[in-house]
Amino acid sequence: MSFQSVWFLLIAVLWVGYFILEGFDFGVGMLLSSLSRNEADRRAVLTTLGPVWDGNEVWLLVAGGATFAAFPEWYATLFSGFYFPLFLILVALIVRGVSFEYRSKYGKPAWRKRWDIAIFVGSALPALLWGVAFANIVRGVPLEKASSGSIEYVGGFFNLLNPYALLGGVVTLTVFLTHGAHFLALKTAGEIRIRAHSLAIRLGLIAAVAAVGFLVWSNAMLPSINTKFLVLSILTAFFWVGALIANLRGREGWAFIASSVAIATFVSGLFVALYPRVMPSSRGAQFDLTIFNASSSNYTLKVMTVVAVVMTPIVLVYQGWTYWVFRKRVSATQIAHPEVGVLDTLPQ
Amino acid sequence: MNSLDLARWQFAIVTVYHFLFVPITIGMAFYVAGMQTAWYRTGNVKYLRATKFFGKLFLINFAIGVVTGIVQEFQFGMNWSSYSRFVGDIFGAPLAMEGLLAFFLESTFLGLWIFGWDRLPKKLHLASIWAAATGTLLSAYFILAANAWMQHPVGYILNAQKGRAELTNIFTVLTQKTALTTFFHTIPSAAFTGAAFIAGISAWLIIKKKDVEMTRGTLKLGLIAMLISFVFVGISGDLTSRVMTQQQPMKMAAAEALYDTTGSAPFSLLTIGTLDGSRSVFQLDLPSVLSFLSTGDFKGVVAGVNDLQAKYEAQYGPGNYKPNIPLAYWSFRLMMGFGFLGAFFALLALFQMRKGGTPHGKWFLPAMATLPFMPLLANSFGWIFTETARQPWAVFGLIKTSAGVSQVVSSGAVLFTMITFTLLYGVLAVIELGLIFRTIHIGPRAEVEYDVHNVGGTDDRPLVMSY
Repeated sequence: MSFQSVWFLLIAVLWVGYFILEGFDFGVGMLLSSLSRNEADRRAVLTTLGPVWDGNEVWLLVAGGATFAAFPEWYATLFSGFYFPLFLILVALIVRGVSFEYRSKYGKPAWRKRWDIAIFVGSALPALLWGVAFANIVRGVPLEKASSGSIEYVGGFFNLLNPYALLGGVVTLTVFLTHGAHFLALKTAGEIRIRAHSLAIRLGLIAAVAAVGFLVWSNAMLPSINTKFLVLSILTAFFWVGALIANLRGREGWAFIASSVAIATFVSGLFVALYPRVMPSSRGAQFDLTIFNASSSNYTLKVMTVVAVVMTPIVLVYQGWTYWVFRKRVSATQIAHPEVGVLDTLPQ
Repeated sequence: MNSLDLARWQFAIVTVYHFLFVPITIGMAFYVAGMQTAWYRTGNVKYLRATKFFGKLFLINFAIGVVTGIVQEFQFGMNWSSYSRFVGDIFGAPLAMEGLLAFFLESTFLGLWIFGWDRLPKKLHLASIWAAATGTLLSAYFILAANAWMQHPVGYILNAQKGRAELTNIFTVLTQKTALTTFFHTIPSAAFTGAAFIAGISAWLIIKKKDVEMTRGTLKLGLIAMLISFVFVGISGDLTSRVMTQQQPMKMAAAEALYDTTGSAPFSLLTIGTLDGSRSVFQLDLPSVLSFLSTGDFKGVVAGVNDLQAKYEAQYGPGNYKPNIPLAYWSFRLMMGFGFLGAFFALLALFQMRKGGTPHGKWFLPAMATLPFMPLLANSFGWIFTETARQPWAVFGLIKTSAGVSQVVSSGAVLFTMITFTLLYGVLAVIELGLIFRTIHIGPRAEVEYDVHNVGGTDDRPLVMSY
């Protein structure tokens, strides 16, 4: 296995991790208002994310940094080409991040409402746009060789809003919503848990329809049948159905694990369909960015492999431990004085 | 303005903004960890009040530091994709390492710290703030190593066929003198910044007579920490300027507006000159000090701008190799000026606090209220100096900034994102300052001891921390 393939695999792993982890974050953020009946509910919902959301988001930063280090041409072409979607994602993540931290500072309903909207939009926009971006990468976008010799994106913003890519966006949006509902069913107690249960099934069915449509389309789009992608697509459907059944039977842990695995097989499938390309061009295979023409030197890849092999297990252990520490369900009754902000009352 | 100018402005805006929060975060992470350690060791609840109070302020800052940091990583690919192609083989590595070694550590353990008060044994909870603080240090180290490579590229070869620089030795990149001196300059500066934040706020609380038992201690801590870190800022600043003179003589010449090569060069304290900085009308000089600062010898020869320009033209071909000289000259002085002013106020206040005294006098309130802003200004001017005086280079001697900008991004697109980020950052700054002032206005709250009770199982006891 070449170092280029190793890094293609590692970047796939980082995106899988990111979509599983921030996927439920996005879902929870979008479900905040629809699953809550009062302020205590809302704060309980947000508290399930409290200790973990920032660590989850680091998966994105590392995926970005690793792409920069291992495949600079991919990083450069993708980030300058998908300029507006990434810009919108950045704005969304900025607003969303501060919302978590600042929302509970004051109790004024107007203050909280504003942050609730920020959390909803800040979660929904990236959930949609990541799907649009990935679907476009798989589908192939207009890439051409520029006068400088590098392969550059030559389509505009609206080129990215094609039906296939938008369906991809609907898939990630609805999958993350369902995944978030599974997470809340697992992590909350009382009414929220029950509501998350029943909503997960409805959302899960919509996601299933969208995902099946998208995967059939994706498989059919390829010039020849890619067996590995096909198998991963079928596995995705299998685990997704499994997640919905587990949820119906009240097995919340299994439902969450199964929807995590389904996300993993889904994202891996897309990477398998790409391999060894990282950004196929719709203008001809000679303009494809591949792991070979986009990668860093062998030395850099070797250095980064050592760092990744040593660090990734350590990170997984301590992040996993965080989930263990906060394994307890959060219930709305545990939020004392939900309407009072941290900065509202005067010192005792 | 073309997309190059706009991309440069955008970089300047988002980077200077991001770096307002970074040094506060790095500095305060350690002070808060120290306060909590004092509580852990002594059980004195005043240390717990300090931990919680300054911890709250630390987190309000940290939130903005985190979210604006994502922009930092993405903008290389978005606005500077040609630069990214050229340097990715080398520059990407420390960025990826920063993520794997530092960001995960910081974010995960900070999450444990914020929400872990009633979930973790006291010792582990204390360890998590130390782990998060260590993460901030590691993060600084890797990103500064990447920046140092732009100031002084080492450990690479040029691959002409691929038109890029390629890494040949990661250890050289991570341990070169430029990286180490920058790190040892930036970290004490962050310690200085965090300390000024704590000292300024404590002084305000003392004036308002709030929790004097605690705030007298934190004021003293902040002032002493300011002075100690300032000594290190000075020592490392001296080392940095010597390394800079060797590696980027043009930067030093620009900082001094020294046009002609001079032996026993003076350090100018104040220059009133023509607007373009080409000629001085009035100068106040310290004789031979520049020679000493940059070479370690009062008689040392310091190269001037004009000779360097001629030298670079011979070396790199025709072109303008002069940075914006008035900007370099003034930002260098403002950096040092604000640093010294902050340290001077700290010294004065500490002097009045000896033998149990309380700082007093008409100067005290305005000085302490502005104290946190002095290191912030010094930091900003320091980075403005170090980045703009490297121009026209993005990576010194290898790639010019003008060659680094994205070819496929229109100037309209850069203008739009720049305006949006600026407005968004402005709104966040207003909200952030509002929250900070409110937190200070309320002051430290009474804290009580509590048990670790929520581990495992389900119970309905109220959570100590919830969003």
